[in-house]
Amino acid sequence: MHIPDGYLGPATCGFFYAVMIPVWTFASRIVKRTLSTKQVPLLAIGAAFSFVIMMFNLPIPGGTTGHAVGGVLVAILLGPWAACLAITVALVVQALLFGDGGVTAIGANCFNMAFVLPFAGYYTYRLISYGAPIVSNRRIIAAGIAGYIGLNAAALLTGIEFGIQPLIHRTANGQALYCPYGINVAVPVMAGEHLLIFGWIEAIVTALVVKYLQKQDVGLLK
Amino acid sequence: MKTITKLWIGLAILIVVSPIGLILPEHFKAGSAWGEWGAEEIHKLVGYIPKGFEKIGSLWNAPIQDYAFKLWGGKGPFHIGATYILSATLGIAITVSIVLFLGRFLSKK
Repeated sequence: MHIPDGYLGPATCGFFYAVMIPVWTFASRIVKRTLSTKQVPLLAIGAAFSFVIMMFNLPIPGGTTGHAVGGVLVAILLGPWAACLAITVALVVQALLFGDGGVTAIGANCFNMAFVLPFAGYYTYRLISYGAPIVSNRRIIAAGIAGYIGLNAAALLTGIEFGIQPLIHRTANGQALYCPYGINVAVPVMAGEHLLIFGWIEAIVTALVVKYLQKQDVGLLK
Repeated sequence: MKTITKLWIGLAILIVVSPIGLILPEHFKAGSAWGEWGAEEIHKLVGYIPKGFEKIGSLWNAPIQDYAFKLWGGKGPFHIGATYILSATLGIAITVSIVLFLGRFLSKK
């Protein structure tokens, strides 16, 4: 889901940077108000967890690969704004140091994986677990569904961003300038592979860790 | 043992087994992630290299492209796995340092 350089045109790249700069600013403000010094190591672990989970590329045999992001879990534990900052740091390091995701696409990749993903996941979790005791099974199920929804929301948006490129950037003879595949291909592929496979990985990882923390340290889930 | 210590240990285990994320796709001949092809692969898929892609695609040269680098001139699967783990370790060390710094700076006392 890490869009590389060259797949999105300048307008799309600029747009998502323009969206993310106020989001990052606002996230810093919220985190400044709500994050306690005691929670900082957990946030660092969350960012590290997201970083390494994204390195677990899983195959669709003969076809393609994908991965989970781990960001919904961070959002459940520390809130979506803190998760946004943590995942952003992981994505920026991946782009700059390892070329995983383009530098021009950092805005778009962060919008998908560091903004939409934790927020969609977090509010799904809050909605489904509403009123449920901290150690209930409903919380585990809520975490799983939240992971699934969060990752799939991000994948759908990635597909749309790829897919609009041939619409807005073409040469005179009709060749695409950037991503060559339109909405009709990009959205079904990105949404489909995440609905079928990778979404479940995010769901399982999120649910298992919440289940583990229910036994190990309930305080972290409050 | 404190939970946070256990989570760090869990993280270390994930880093050590991270080459699974290389081996499985390789074994099942899964190729690249959709939409993350290089210029040659795009050419094979659609018959041309989009002009804008050519320009922007190579804008940034990452120092450790694809979490892979040459270590003592080594080759083979063990070398690839080991450098993947080292890349993960380095990337995570940097990520953790930035978040700790940001967190100390942002969090309330």
